Amino acid sequence: MSMLAYLRSLTFRFLHRDALERELEDELRSHVLHRADDLERAGLDRAAAERQARVEFGGHARFKEEARDALAGGLLETFFRDLRFSVRQLRKSPSFTVVAIVTLAVAIGANAVVFSAINGFILRPLGLPNEETLLTIERASDRLAGESYLNYIDLRDRTRGFDGLAAFIANQAWFDAGGGSPSRAWVYEVSGNYFDVLGLQPYLGRFFHASDEHGPGSAPYVVLTYASWRTHFLGDRRVIGRTVELSRHPFTIIGVAPPGFHGTVLVYTTDFFVPLVEQPQLGATSLLDVRGNRWLAVFGRRKGGLTNAQAVADLNAVGAQLKASYPKDNDKMSFVLSRSTLGGDAFEQPVHAFVIGLMVLATLILLAVCANLGSLFAARAADRSREVALRLALGAGSGRILRQLFSEAVLISLVGGAIGLWGSVLLLDWLATWRPFPEFAVILPIEPDARVYLVALLLSVASGFLFGAGPVRQVLRTDPYQILKSGSVNPVSRRLALRDVLLALQIAICAVLVTSSLVAVRGLERSLRGNFGIDAHHVLLVDTDLATSGYTPDRMVAMQQRMADAMRTIPGVAAVGMVAQTPPMHLGWNNSNVFSDDVADLRPGNASGDAIRYSVSPDYFQAAGTALLAGRAFTLHDDQHAPRVAVVNQTFARKVFGSPDRAVGHFFKLPGGDRIEVVGIAEDGKYTANLAEEPQLAMFFPLRQVPSSETWIVIRSPRDAEELSAAVRATLRALDPGLPVSVETWTSDMSGALFPARAAAVALGILGAMGAIVAITGIFGTAAYSLSKHLKDLGIRRALGAGELDVIRAAVGRALRLLAVGSLAGLVLGIFASRVLGSIVYEATPRDPVVLIAAVFAMFLVGLVATWVPARRALSVDPLMLMREQ
Amino acid sequence: MAGSAQLLPGTLDVLILKAVSLGPLHGYGILLRIGQISHGALLVEQGALYPALFRLVRQGLLETKWGTSENNRRAKFYELTVPGRKRLGEETESWNRLVAAMALALRARPEGA
Repeated sequence: MSMLAYLRSLTFRFLHRDALERELEDELRSHVLHRADDLERAGLDRAAAERQARVEFGGHARFKEEARDALAGGLLETFFRDLRFSVRQLRKSPSFTVVAIVTLAVAIGANAVVFSAINGFILRPLGLPNEETLLTIERASDRLAGESYLNYIDLRDRTRGFDGLAAFIANQAWFDAGGGSPSRAWVYEVSGNYFDVLGLQPYLGRFFHASDEHGPGSAPYVVLTYASWRTHFLGDRRVIGRTVELSRHPFTIIGVAPPGFHGTVLVYTTDFFVPLVEQPQLGATSLLDVRGNRWLAVFGRRKGGLTNAQAVADLNAVGAQLKASYPKDNDKMSFVLSRSTLGGDAFEQPVHAFVIGLMVLATLILLAVCANLGSLFAARAADRSREVALRLALGAGSGRILRQLFSEAVLISLVGGAIGLWGSVLLLDWLATWRPFPEFAVILPIEPDARVYLVALLLSVASGFLFGAGPVRQVLRTDPYQILKSGSVNPVSRRLALRDVLLALQIAICAVLVTSSLVAVRGLERSLRGNFGIDAHHVLLVDTDLATSGYTPDRMVAMQQRMADAMRTIPGVAAVGMVAQTPPMHLGWNNSNVFSDDVADLRPGNASGDAIRYSVSPDYFQAAGTALLAGRAFTLHDDQHAPRVAVVNQTFARKVFGSPDRAVGHFFKLPGGDRIEVVGIAEDGKYTANLAEEPQLAMFFPLRQVPSSETWIVIRSPRDAEELSAAVRATLRALDPGLPVSVETWTSDMSGALFPARAAAVALGILGAMGAIVAITGIFGTAAYSLSKHLKDLGIRRALGAGELDVIRAAVGRALRLLAVGSLAGLVLGIFASRVLGSIVYEATPRDPVVLIAAVFAMFLVGLVATWVPARRALSVDPLMLMREQ
Repeated sequence: MAGSAQLLPGTLDVLILKAVSLGPLHGYGILLRIGQISHGALLVEQGALYPALFRLVRQGLLETKWGTSENNRRAKFYELTVPGRKRLGEETESWNRLVAAMALALRARPEGA
């Protein structure tokens, strides 16, 4: 029979089930009547003949069943039949069904969400053509992608292992479509060959190419991302050829990138792409001619037929030449290739470890739920043993009954999985469009795709079979005769039952989850209270950019002074400082090597360290809340005419001078050879956006000696932030109406830095809570079930004068003992599992007494909550009522 | 019934095909026909017939039609389809080969006896 015909008949049978059933009945009756006719002819009277015919025909129901099987034949149809029966069975115990479906939905939903993260971060990074040959070039020393523009040009021109090396950097610019009110936008400054190396085609217009570049400022072109084309230009196709302003410089729109392409960093999106050679136009500071500063991410398309090792060997050869040619700027240049889309394996690996860790935890939750449902199914099967025995006695094969039990399990898991997936898709869609901090253009690359749906389906089916397997042994060992005769279920067994093992397993898993989530939450709490070296509360950050507003360097310092003075006149302002180019705890920072005063050969290898550098006004330390531990802050006299001075932090003093006491009044050197005197010591703090950073060297220069056009005004004031920012804007507008200004509280600016830790803690917190809930349902289920079996027994004990404690012990003692064993195992495992957390959550350590006590307490609470109701019920047993019932 | 033989597994299908090949029959009729053509030697359990019949219908070897029996009762008649007839030919041939081979094997005597 052809497939089509088979499907047609299947559909027909499925739709006309009742008609078929009737036909089968008719046919069997017709058979019996024909036989009776023959018997009647042989001499029996009609009634006797029909009776005889029926007896001869034998087990009517069984044949019908077999006939139906033969009729149905197809697995699918048998499955549908089992399904209908399952629905009937499950309807009989709605609360069981609902609990099972809900717990599964939660567990499978959690797995779908976490798998989407794996999918987004590891399995399908950028979705570019032939992505496997697109490789990020990292330094072997720190596994970070970063080269200077000059080094990039040399690498690009000299290496032979790649079909093009491209480079990019994400930057901010003021965007003005023509309305005269510039807004902050993200711009990728990319090498001319960027799109060609990626192998992308424009959605509209054209891309720029290497041939468009002829030195700085020669290619004022901008390519829009699809999303920004939609938001800024409402998808207008006539936008090609229009001129827009980026940081007050005209750029011509030449093309729109394909939908879905948002740059080459997985977690950032951007608005525009402009050629790197335009950097001098976009901001005051151009790094194009600085060789010693590693700021560009470089990636390449490996040549076909080459291995990574061959490509690296060639790069290293070029690196050795560069080091020899420019010893002052280049340290040892040896490279590693990676598939990193987060700016290097140094960032990539903790993220991978974390999402894989999450996946393990989510899988554990699903396993715990399966263990839970497995024991509930086993209990249900035990309660239904009479029904099972009856069906076995009536000739149903045990295979048939098992198939039935599995159908129920898979039905529940599919329904639970579907609901869970639905919920997770809602959550993921929301997360995918969520911008945690609009100013950082951070996105979460976790939209669900077909792979996520497939995994959810597989997990559902697999878990259905897993927990459906709970009662298998029981059914196979069922002796219908025994059960039907005695009317009771198998006698209470004292030895370790499968159900006990499942419960202990489940509790252990949940304890792991609870422990790791507590570790994470505690780590977060510490990192939020940790000493950042600043006091970000009640501080506003005002971001200005004088260079793009047409200020020449000589007018800049005066304007900065005027702005600061104007801020001080706002009522309620306690202190006003300035910091360039970015404040601490902002994404992005500047650093440079520092040398001891006695070093003459200022090559990178001789540096005492790499220090983060800031230019600050005299009042900055007061405004930022950074304590000075020794020496002095700057004064207005620390200007171009005075000797160079700096304030350094404790780590700097320790690393460069040996001890903080020896720093003040002494000198250190910068790569350019400038000798700088240390006049003050500031407390240590956090400077980069990485909370888990090692203590960093930091140095502060007077703004008047190291001027910058990109300054942030730091305003400390107890006033309401909204009110104050309005006043700040008005004041600045009065000074210069055209000056681009963005005002934000420092705490919200810092949320970018705190995001990974927060996200990790929230994710782990949710998983931990889910683990606790699963543990509660599991223990509750077991305790309630065993109570229902022993109710009579307890009644008798009560009647014989047992105390309340004895009754409680009898009722829930077993569950609590299992809880203790499971929790202990889980705690130990959790401590090991939490190690990985330390890499992403600042100060997360499982060997924290608070965490251990909290974990033990949490599991104790879980036990209390789960056994409370059963214990209450055990105490309220009325022996008389029970005795009367049976 | 003397001389009756146990049905070998798998032989019921071919017997049904054979019975029906002689003309359309209803279920009970098939039982009678099998008894008749085997001279009462082969007995088919009444209920076991139907699963086999439905299987054959599903495989497309038989087709069915409701009609009126010789007893003037409504009954479902089974008829051989073209693939069914082909299958009967194949089964008969392979059965004959098997029987011949079995007979040969069972007739064998020890060498030189």
